[in-house]
Amino acid sequence: MNDQTSKTVDSQADLIQDERAQRAFDWRRLMALVRKESLQAIRDPSTILIAFVLPIILLFLFAYAVSLDVREVRIGVVLESDSASAQSLAAAFAGTRYLKVTPARDRREVAEQVVSGQLRGYVVIPQDFEKRLTSGQPQSVVQVITDGSLPNTANFVANYAQGVVLNWQASRHSGRPVSVINLEPRYWFNAELESRRSLVPGAIAIVMTIIGTMLTALVVAREWERGTMEAVLSTPASVVEILIGKLLPYFVLGMAATLASAALAAFVFDVPLRGSLPALLILSAVFLVPALGQGLLISSVTKNQFLASQIALFSGFLPAFLLSGFLFEIDAMPVPIQAITYLIPARYFVSSLQTVFLAGDVWAVFLPDLAAMMAIGVFFFAIAKRKTRKNLES
Amino acid sequence: MRRFLNLFVNARLRAQIVKELLSILRDPRSRIIVFVPPLMQLLIFTFATTLEVRNADIAVYDRDAGHWSHELVARIDAADFVNEIHTVHSPEALRDLIDRRAVIAALNIGPEFSRDIAAGKVGTVQVIVDGRRSNAGQITVGYLNTIAAGVSAAVQRDTVHANPVVVRHWFNPNLIYRWFVVPALSGILVFFSALMITSLSISRERELGTFDQLLVSPTTTFEIIVAKTMPALAIGLVLGLMMIAAAAFVFRVPFEGSFWLLMPSLLLFILSVVGIGLMISSVSATQQQAILGAFAIGVPAVLMSGFATPVENMPTLLQWLAEAIPLKHFLVIVEGTFLKAMPASDIIANTWPLVIIALVTLSMAVVFVRSRLE
Amino acid sequence: MSNVNHVMSTAITSDVFRRLGKNNAAVMIEDVVKRFGEVQALNGFSAEIQYGRLTGLVGPDGAGKTTLMRIMTGLLVPNSGRVTLAGFDVVDDNEAIHIVSGYMPQRFGLYEDLSVMENMRLYAQLRGMDADQHGDIFDSLLDFTRLGPFTKRLAGKLSGGMKQKLGLACALMAKPKVLLLDEPSVGVDPVSRQDLWRMVQELTDDGMAVVWSTAYLDEAERCQSVLLLNEGKLEFNGPPQELTDQIKERSYRLEQVGTERRAVLSKALNLASVGDGVIQGDAVRVVLREDANTREIKALADDVGASLTLVQPRFEDAFIDLLGGGPGGTSALAERIDAVELGSDVAVSCRNLTKRFGDFTATDDVSFEVQKGEIFGLLGPNGAGKSTTFKMLCGLFKPTEGEAQVVGHDLRYATGSAKSQLGYMAQKFSLYGLLSVQQNLEFSAGVYGLEGDIKRQRIDEMINTFDLSQYLSTSPDSLPLGYKQRLALACALMHRPPVLFLDEPTSGVDPITRREFWTHINGLARKGVTIMVTTHFMDEAEYCDRVAMMYRARLIALDTPDALKQGAVNEKHPDPTMEDAFIHLVESAQLDDEARRDAKAAV
Repeated sequence: MNDQTSKTVDSQADLIQDERAQRAFDWRRLMALVRKESLQAIRDPSTILIAFVLPIILLFLFAYAVSLDVREVRIGVVLESDSASAQSLAAAFAGTRYLKVTPARDRREVAEQVVSGQLRGYVVIPQDFEKRLTSGQPQSVVQVITDGSLPNTANFVANYAQGVVLNWQASRHSGRPVSVINLEPRYWFNAELESRRSLVPGAIAIVMTIIGTMLTALVVAREWERGTMEAVLSTPASVVEILIGKLLPYFVLGMAATLASAALAAFVFDVPLRGSLPALLILSAVFLVPALGQGLLISSVTKNQFLASQIALFSGFLPAFLLSGFLFEIDAMPVPIQAITYLIPARYFVSSLQTVFLAGDVWAVFLPDLAAMMAIGVFFFAIAKRKTRKNLES
Repeated sequence: MRRFLNLFVNARLRAQIVKELLSILRDPRSRIIVFVPPLMQLLIFTFATTLEVRNADIAVYDRDAGHWSHELVARIDAADFVNEIHTVHSPEALRDLIDRRAVIAALNIGPEFSRDIAAGKVGTVQVIVDGRRSNAGQITVGYLNTIAAGVSAAVQRDTVHANPVVVRHWFNPNLIYRWFVVPALSGILVFFSALMITSLSISRERELGTFDQLLVSPTTTFEIIVAKTMPALAIGLVLGLMMIAAAAFVFRVPFEGSFWLLMPSLLLFILSVVGIGLMISSVSATQQQAILGAFAIGVPAVLMSGFATPVENMPTLLQWLAEAIPLKHFLVIVEGTFLKAMPASDIIANTWPLVIIALVTLSMAVVFVRSRLE
Repeated sequence: MSNVNHVMSTAITSDVFRRLGKNNAAVMIEDVVKRFGEVQALNGFSAEIQYGRLTGLVGPDGAGKTTLMRIMTGLLVPNSGRVTLAGFDVVDDNEAIHIVSGYMPQRFGLYEDLSVMENMRLYAQLRGMDADQHGDIFDSLLDFTRLGPFTKRLAGKLSGGMKQKLGLACALMAKPKVLLLDEPSVGVDPVSRQDLWRMVQELTDDGMAVVWSTAYLDEAERCQSVLLLNEGKLEFNGPPQELTDQIKERSYRLEQVGTERRAVLSKALNLASVGDGVIQGDAVRVVLREDANTREIKALADDVGASLTLVQPRFEDAFIDLLGGGPGGTSALAERIDAVELGSDVAVSCRNLTKRFGDFTATDDVSFEVQKGEIFGLLGPNGAGKSTTFKMLCGLFKPTEGEAQVVGHDLRYATGSAKSQLGYMAQKFSLYGLLSVQQNLEFSAGVYGLEGDIKRQRIDEMINTFDLSQYLSTSPDSLPLGYKQRLALACALMHRPPVLFLDEPTSGVDPITRREFWTHINGLARKGVTIMVTTHFMDEAEYCDRVAMMYRARLIALDTPDALKQGAVNEKHPDPTMEDAFIHLVESAQLDDEARRDAKAAV
């Protein structure tokens, strides 16, 4: 062999290497980026805080603090009459499960407490209670005052007080029906009517939005801020590889957080998983497409951590929280706001999550939701891809 | 006291306050970011956050061809909260509509319904409710019950019967949900703005190195903290006033209480939030930590404040924790001032916790900044 | 699929060979123009960069060095003109550029929370190399960079010099044909800098083209070829010696000037015939203007009793000359300041100063005293404890043991009035980017308690002295680096402090701005202001009256620059520079350490 041939061999070796590096998509480069991103995510305490600690706190709060079930509402019962039946009605109020009664003799005592917020309302059993009860005339026998500044509680107090009085009357005149129509409510999927069972699945959507959108927006923006993006862009890695390499670890993190949250929901918060685990995983995986896409889009537009976090908060977290139908009924919102909710991926995810946990695998619900999430996700990615070029020109 | 008075004639402090205000308000973009999103959110969320039920779809599976079932369905159809009635002819179809979330509730009227009523017995209707939407479902049942009671009254028109209870809703006779939401949202949005602004203030200077510059100057830690409370105080106050004005004049929420009691409470509220923000900021090394820290504290605080659900519904331990949340106290004050004309004594009962929170958090911030000098 | 790839790669290869055959330049720049909005960053010039050579890219701040680097590596697209690298067009063959070139940006993109090895693996794999199969390359790179013992350490925990070496190792993965380094030596101490040089030298010997952009002109002198940019134009292209030769016999030294050297420099710079001058220990070095005679400078030498000797010109002399000479010798700022009166002659002192962070000792038993009006330098390799010591002196850190005093006050317990005795200029000129220049000035006046007329007067004075009027309403972030430095100095001096702390005041700043800065500092020192300065810049150490050398938390030497240089004289360096002295001190401290360890082991 002479020099000439050895040189040829050399350049061929170079060629092979060039060819591999030249490819637009290379698994090995991708895996290198994924490994880097994963190590970073694991080593940063704020990632762990946001991905694991905050979700647990949020789920806990949604399970116990944000209960929409009313219990132990404090009301006053003003007993102005000393008659036996008045005493018996007062006792009926005191004996209920959902009211915590403060007895009083004078309505002025309790009125002040309604203003200060210590009581949510009061019931007056008037002096002429006995007379009204036996008069036979169609007239009211007790008066209920509520604190209208809290409309939900006020409604509850009014309805519940009415129910107590009606039941008490019915028990006195057994045989005479109070109403000729009896509505017998059956709550499907949630027979005990615990709001926790519908809130906790919804809360998982919030957690995934935080990880998918908020965290992703921050980590990509950080890469621009610290100048590491410039170094990676100057390597042969393609834009697609860089983007996927960035997102894959957070996808896995999001799925891990979903599984952890689902386990927490099922075993700790007593929310049944009536659907199948594969269905839950498919739904979560598809939801992460728009969530990650949104985070990526935000960071590639702002390239600044502070702005990215603000935009992620206003465009990701808050809408998922308030406009997804998880706390507030979408049907009850004005039409323009209903229109906005169609653009929010969490809307579809919440609906499907509640179904997969409480109802089962209802593909008639899942399929349209999956399609909508996918469409929004593809849209976000298409823009993010266009916004991220393989150079520093803005 | 003397030290405190001296503050206001102190050139060093004045310079710092001007600097703090300028660093947020000089840039037109950041002026927009500070004021526009909260006001837009007030608008959107006021309409979005409602626990009423409107535009509901209801299914009816009517096996009774009698007069009373017809009457009941007709009255439901005419009700304000109902969007559309879906008539179905099989239990499977009914189940399907519920499963698909096409309806929130379904009435299953048995074949004996009208006959039972005519015979003087009680006619029973099964109402199947989508338990996934437990809260809305419950409210829907409440509405349906009222309609059923109406039909019942029509049936019993010969017999004398009246509602035994007279209900009066104080402060909000028609229970308009917006009257509750708008004042509460003003509190929440002021809370978040003030928290975000202050939590970044020290950590940003630390990241950029200007904080060292400040520490070697003759200014004291106390002055630094006082200066840093100013922008959030000013911006929070302006935002708060704008929102209170919007509540009163745009959303027409009645303002019954004293404006002059609300103002000092608002200031104390912002001060206590600023204290929390500065505490977060003084322990954060970077802006990212500060942002995530503010987020991790702000979100649970809003959830536990009594906005979404009453504080008394929470477990006892969380109720205690809620006492440390400024927003919890301010919500009582702002709702009370708007609707209840809350007297001074009640306002004060809710402001002293704010004073304590502010004192504790601001002193902690001073201590943390000092200990960082180690 | 593989077929397509094969066809593609053959197409590319034949292309490469065709182009290589035609022209053998590593980089060809043809009429390249780049604009950012209104600003013309590159003004349309042509040049070639050859293989097997180290090419320096030099010029003042804002000359367009980084822009050119980014265009060559395909990260920016020129508005017109053409750049090819290793035969590939940077725009059309963008993909190929990233394969044949290695690039090290100014702040190299190391992932601080990844270890040394993890960073290297990442960049290896991004370049299509398999870490397991290329163990030998890793070994040689680790050996080459002397990072072998630190492979498990997180990049964020490395010193500045080690970070730069790791960055270089990452850029060298997959043996690029062209290596582009953007200011690789900023913030790097002389020992690490020497390592970087050695590494680059070996690479060019292997035939690689290396482009090294720098603001340090002693580095440019070592390059085989230099591209000198100014305001987007190419002012010079060729071997540095060629430029230096143009100013032969115009460089002189006034030897043994003694204590009055600052006054002498000031006088010299004010002479019409002198274009540039610097202090070198006990001597003053001047460069005469083109066609000027030695009459004036001779007269000055006679006047102060110094001897005048002709010395070899340096590239820096030629650079300053080409750009029209340095600034004059009078500081308008110092002129206005009253002479400083202090109660005692000792302005700054520390005794047994020690600082520990957990197990780690950052400063170990350091003691010294600084006289009023002295310029005192704190030098040492990256991570030697300079910054910690500095911060304890101005009250930002609390010493674990010992004490530090400034003008008789212990700053830890100091009241506001004691703190107003010092001025502080932080690294990277910490200014408020969210405030305008005017507002920054007003803030620093206010925070030092200035009010009313005196405040207005001082601010106006600073604006005039530092020529800031055109920038008053802009943000400091968008100022040119030199103006940023001026503004930072103005803010630190607003309250006329008798002691001034400067933490790496000229890092990354170009030579002309640096000279102007030192004119002010010299003027202030002559008025009795005491100056404490940390620096990596050996030329700057020459301005100091005394220099304290720190190494591994300890003070290893404290003397005048000349005495330190004298101590480093040996056969290899008969006339050592400050850099030689630095390296000598560090190496002998290392030997001491080893000897002590061996002694311990023996016991």
